[in-house]
Amino acid sequence: MSDQAIGSRIAYVRREAGPTRPAPIMTRGVFAWVRENLFSTPMSGVLTIGSLLFVLWVAPDTFRYLISDAVWQAPDGVACRAPGAGACWAFVAAKFEYFMYGSYPRGETWRVDVTLVLGLALILWLLIPRLPRKGMAAFAFFVVYPVVAFFLLRGLEGVLPIVETNLWGGVFVSLLVAAVGIVASLPLGVLLALGRRSQLPFVKFFCVVFIEFVRGVPLITVLFMANTMLPLFVPQEWTPDRLLRPLIGVSLFAAAYMAEVVRAGLQAMPKGQFEGAMALGLPYWKMMRLIILPQALTTVIPGIVNSFIALFKDTTLVAIVGIFDFLRTVETARLDPVWAGPTISTTGYVFAAIFYWVFCFAMSRYSQMLERKLAAGRRR
Amino acid sequence: MAASPLVKTTPVTNDIAVEIVGMHKWYGEFHVLRDVNLTVRRGEKIVICGPSGSGKSTMIRCINRLEEHQQGTVVVDGVPLTNDLKRIDEIRRDVGMVFQHFNLFPHLTVLENCTLAPIWVRKMPQKQAEEIAMHYLTRVKIPDQALKYPGQLSGGQQQRVAIARSLCMSPKIMMFDEPTSALDPEMVKEVLDTMVQLAQDGMTMLCVTHEMGFARQVADRVVFMDRGEIVEINTPEEFFKNPQHERTKLFLSQILH
Repeated sequence: MSDQAIGSRIAYVRREAGPTRPAPIMTRGVFAWVRENLFSTPMSGVLTIGSLLFVLWVAPDTFRYLISDAVWQAPDGVACRAPGAGACWAFVAAKFEYFMYGSYPRGETWRVDVTLVLGLALILWLLIPRLPRKGMAAFAFFVVYPVVAFFLLRGLEGVLPIVETNLWGGVFVSLLVAAVGIVASLPLGVLLALGRRSQLPFVKFFCVVFIEFVRGVPLITVLFMANTMLPLFVPQEWTPDRLLRPLIGVSLFAAAYMAEVVRAGLQAMPKGQFEGAMALGLPYWKMMRLIILPQALTTVIPGIVNSFIALFKDTTLVAIVGIFDFLRTVETARLDPVWAGPTISTTGYVFAAIFYWVFCFAMSRYSQMLERKLAAGRRR
Repeated sequence: MAASPLVKTTPVTNDIAVEIVGMHKWYGEFHVLRDVNLTVRRGEKIVICGPSGSGKSTMIRCINRLEEHQQGTVVVDGVPLTNDLKRIDEIRRDVGMVFQHFNLFPHLTVLENCTLAPIWVRKMPQKQAEEIAMHYLTRVKIPDQALKYPGQLSGGQQQRVAIARSLCMSPKIMMFDEPTSALDPEMVKEVLDTMVQLAQDGMTMLCVTHEMGFARQVADRVVFMDRGEIVEINTPEEFFKNPQHERTKLFLSQILH
């Protein structure tokens, strides 16, 4: 009996279950994906074909320059200066140590390696959800590691030779500035965000002024101020180290931005969550730590990671106050007359771009993974 | 030795659980609560009803300071409410509250929802807190959902978890703020059954609800509020059979068909 015939009757009772049929071919599998994503409208079809042509046009030259015509091994810049030569990877190989460590004494660079590997191991321990004992990992990373890293890098009288910070440089300093900025800005940002929503007028006023002031000036200004003004606030013998000053500047700057991201998350929390926690007798800080912040921070993971990525790239600005970060070492190395040539600058910058891109992309992917994981089964 | 006419299922002692005297509250210029006076004895079950916007929820929220009142005194379990945060937290520990929208913590499992406050507020060892939580989850008939997240449960189940969560703090008083209003019709009964059971166990209860069947079944007294004031208080029998005030009569004629 057809559906229509059933529908037109006044009374009907189904006696058996209806058959299950597969979806039409055009609405599933590869067909459906291509149609939906690449050719859903005429405009989308045109853009798909246009993009494809563009890739076909650009890809061969890029491949030739970066891979097949590139100079992979050479003792100096002669081979790279040959007409038609591609990227000069030999230059990167020759300068690799300088890019990594700056002017850190060559015999001592193992100390940087150990610090980096230790840090990386601890970060992985913290970030990979499957690994156990996060509390211990956090303690090791946030409390023990900074002390160990400080003495490893700077040295300890009589045990390890002292290496002054003006010799530090390269990738290692970029990672250092980024890591300190990231680690300091999140807790500071959370405190500022809570302060800005505080009922206590003085706390609120201080937080608003700090956030708006720091956000209202460029990072370069903050760095200059940290560089020239911090020493004025403390007795001469306590003058902060020249690397410490931009570290403080970057951290405070990032914290102000982080505060606004976190505040957005707090703003998005339903009032019922506060009330549910309060009605159980949870005091303010416990409520924040156990109920509100875990949810608020989860909501704004994309914003937080966005800030981290911005901060990571902004670390290149510390070069302005005389810190030899990675980009600055590239800048210096490309002027070396032994290597000077038409492809050297491009090679250096491409290398720098790849470095920054890999780190930023990794952060982005990690945050996406985290979002998916935290979203699973916890939707309201 | 004639039993008091108010006694229903539980013996009423002279102990006073909540005492509200001359309470006023304003939202800005708007006078939401006017001269509210109510004394709740230990073990007593009070049902508060009235049209929406009449101040029912606001009144019970003033008892655990989710809302602040501006005039009058509120004494909970012998402790007067002041601005002292310590004292407010103390009162909140002893006054359980169940909300219309459950307000479970979605990032924690059902079990964690129940053990959180006992562990962090009462400083109970985790194992003991979990035992107590399982005890109450069993009482609200969902022990098998303990490891799920609230988002995976139906509305009725979530509300029962919310009740269990409050009970885990062994409160002296339970307040319900329209606990069934956000539920699908077929889930109302399971929540009401849980509340009836709780009432039979002798809990002091203040319920804002429109479930008149529940009021008839368990309430010692029904409080009717309208426009921010208490208009009528009576036993359920008298309240439904023989309402005195015009506004009560009008309200009952609108909700009882």
